Amino acid sequence: MNRIEWRRFRAGIAFTGLWIVGLGAFTAWPVVASLYYSFCDYSILKSPVWSGLENYRELIHDDLFWKSLRNTLFYAGLSVPLGTVVALSLALLLNCEVRGRSLFRLFFYLPSIVPMVASAMLWLWIFNGQYGLLNWVLAPILAPFGLHPPAWLADPLWAKPALVIMSLWGVGNAMVIYLAGLQDVPRELYEAAAIDGATGWRRFWHVTLPLLAPVIYFNIIMALISSLQIFTQAYIMSEAANGNGTVSDGNPARSTLFYTIYLFTVAFYDLRMGYASAMAYVLFVITVALTWLATRIARRRMLNLD
Amino acid sequence: MRVHSKFGRFVVYLLLAVCSLAFVMPFIWLLSTSLKPIDQVMSLPMTFFPRVYAADLDGRHREVSLDFAVGQAGAVAVVTAGPEAGRRVFLSDQQLASRSSDVRVLHRVEPGWWHITAHVDATRVVRPGSGVNSDVVEGARWDIVPRSAVESRIRFRWRNYTEALATIGGDPGEPGSTAAMNHVSFWVFLGNSFTVCVLGVIGTVFSNSIVAYGFARLRWRGRDVLFAVTLATMMVPFPALMVPLYGVFRALHMVGTLQPLWLPTFFGSAFNIFLMRQFFLTIPEELSEAARIDGCSEWRIFLRIILPLSKPVLAVAALFHFLYAWNDFLGPLLYLSRKRTFTLSLALQSYQSQTGGVQWHYLMAASTVTILPIIVLFLFTQRFFVQGIATTGTKG
Repeated sequence: MNRIEWRRFRAGIAFTGLWIVGLGAFTAWPVVASLYYSFCDYSILKSPVWSGLENYRELIHDDLFWKSLRNTLFYAGLSVPLGTVVALSLALLLNCEVRGRSLFRLFFYLPSIVPMVASAMLWLWIFNGQYGLLNWVLAPILAPFGLHPPAWLADPLWAKPALVIMSLWGVGNAMVIYLAGLQDVPRELYEAAAIDGATGWRRFWHVTLPLLAPVIYFNIIMALISSLQIFTQAYIMSEAANGNGTVSDGNPARSTLFYTIYLFTVAFYDLRMGYASAMAYVLFVITVALTWLATRIARRRMLNLD
Repeated sequence: MRVHSKFGRFVVYLLLAVCSLAFVMPFIWLLSTSLKPIDQVMSLPMTFFPRVYAADLDGRHREVSLDFAVGQAGAVAVVTAGPEAGRRVFLSDQQLASRSSDVRVLHRVEPGWWHITAHVDATRVVRPGSGVNSDVVEGARWDIVPRSAVESRIRFRWRNYTEALATIGGDPGEPGSTAAMNHVSFWVFLGNSFTVCVLGVIGTVFSNSIVAYGFARLRWRGRDVLFAVTLATMMVPFPALMVPLYGVFRALHMVGTLQPLWLPTFFGSAFNIFLMRQFFLTIPEELSEAARIDGCSEWRIFLRIILPLSKPVLAVAALFHFLYAWNDFLGPLLYLSRKRTFTLSLALQSYQSQTGGVQWHYLMAASTVTILPIIVLFLFTQRFFVQGIATTGTKG
């Protein structure tokens, strides 16, 4: 480096110095340490002891690990596609030139900024089998068919679908993104399509959707990543179903034992930090694989990453 | 897009109305429950508006609770003999026929009449031994009357809010008792939440703008590599960092304090650096060049030229961080263990588990209080919100 380059380098480091420290202390070090711990027997109270692949070997034979992974994938597999369809549908409705659009948008968006703890409380009450709002609405609809609404969070079969329903209430954020994407679609394209005789459904399928595809892809991957980390609502609801302050059960009947909940329990209740780190790394690998996919798509069409 | 046919427009509005109802209903239910007395929370058929009922009980006009409808005909009577003398009972016609000797009939009861009880407010009998329970109600405590004899009107029970806030930090207890010593005021939780949010917002705006300037407006060796690494860290899930991060803050003696929740914001975050960098890139380079020729240092250019032009993006980052910090649950759960240090989110969850989750009216009132600051903030800054989401989500 010559003198000018050296001066520029110093200025660059001066401006980004805070981040270099933060990156090291709060991301890089934890990522490395986590990898090391995952090969160790480690409770936070004593220093880690090397145990090789023991944690990973145990993981393969841990029924609860597989259960939590299955639960999480089930939840993600249901909430992500449904959430995308609902968010996109709402955005399409709002994209029609309607009166009071900003009011409707407010209605759909507000739930997505409600603190998760508060919305978990609210939905816990809405899902109440006896006095809850949802069954008050559903019971008269199902009655003519001789059916009864389920007890939702108290029923192992319905607890996860209940969490999916709750997640749909929070799609406002994605909806706003889709709406912005829709408004960027050039009018001329619709006019051209109209001249070619394409209307309604075909116009949506051949004009809107292809143009919106990158945004949809990107959002799906983001939603997938965050749904793999589902924690707060499940923690609160399973503790409420449990009543005795332990969450490891994922009540009812371990149906809401999600990956992060199990990880948290192993780390901070059982103090098996090494084992938890191995779990964390498995999650990390899954997430990296999905994010790689997201950035690949995004790089092509949307983000100016260079 | 314009919908031309009348029928099409009708369908669009209908769908919008139905969806709006589905999204707004939970809020209405939240408010409705938070303003009801508990006996109307847990009762069927469900009502949206909390009501008070009043009826004549033994010649006095009183507030009553509406208990249940009686299925069969009979009579309300007073036992005149035996160990139960003076007790008021309901007897069906059959029972009446077999024990006409030791009872005096007060009045007939037709099927469908309602059982009512003189209203004793739950909060007035909270403390056993103070005798409140016994002297509130004098004379007959219940009766069975036709529905038309009970008058009702809507009354919101605003007291739920003061009571929920008084008990969210545990049983307030008598002054000087252990319960009172362990009790934490709602204002402490609110203060903790605001501390974490405000310090976090200051840290976010301060650190990320400086760092983003280094990435967007300076050219130096290693910049692009560091920026690529920065972007890569965005995909690291927080749960994967949880264990070592806990170790880091434990080594710094910060576990159990609020510091782990706001201190890291002073060292930047990948997402906000990215957000601000993208904005800084749109500011014309000529402005900086002109300033450089005039002999301005980079810090001066940053402070005098770039920052004043970047208010919108700073506002977006500040808002999003406030929202994130206010709503965060996992962070506080991880680092905080003493009640006095809890943020509002954590306090709300602990309130729920400590009350056993049946005091729905209080829980909903406390939840409303937790949501309210966010809603107010949103309504005042809507423009930035929508703008922010749209830019971060689509264009980057």
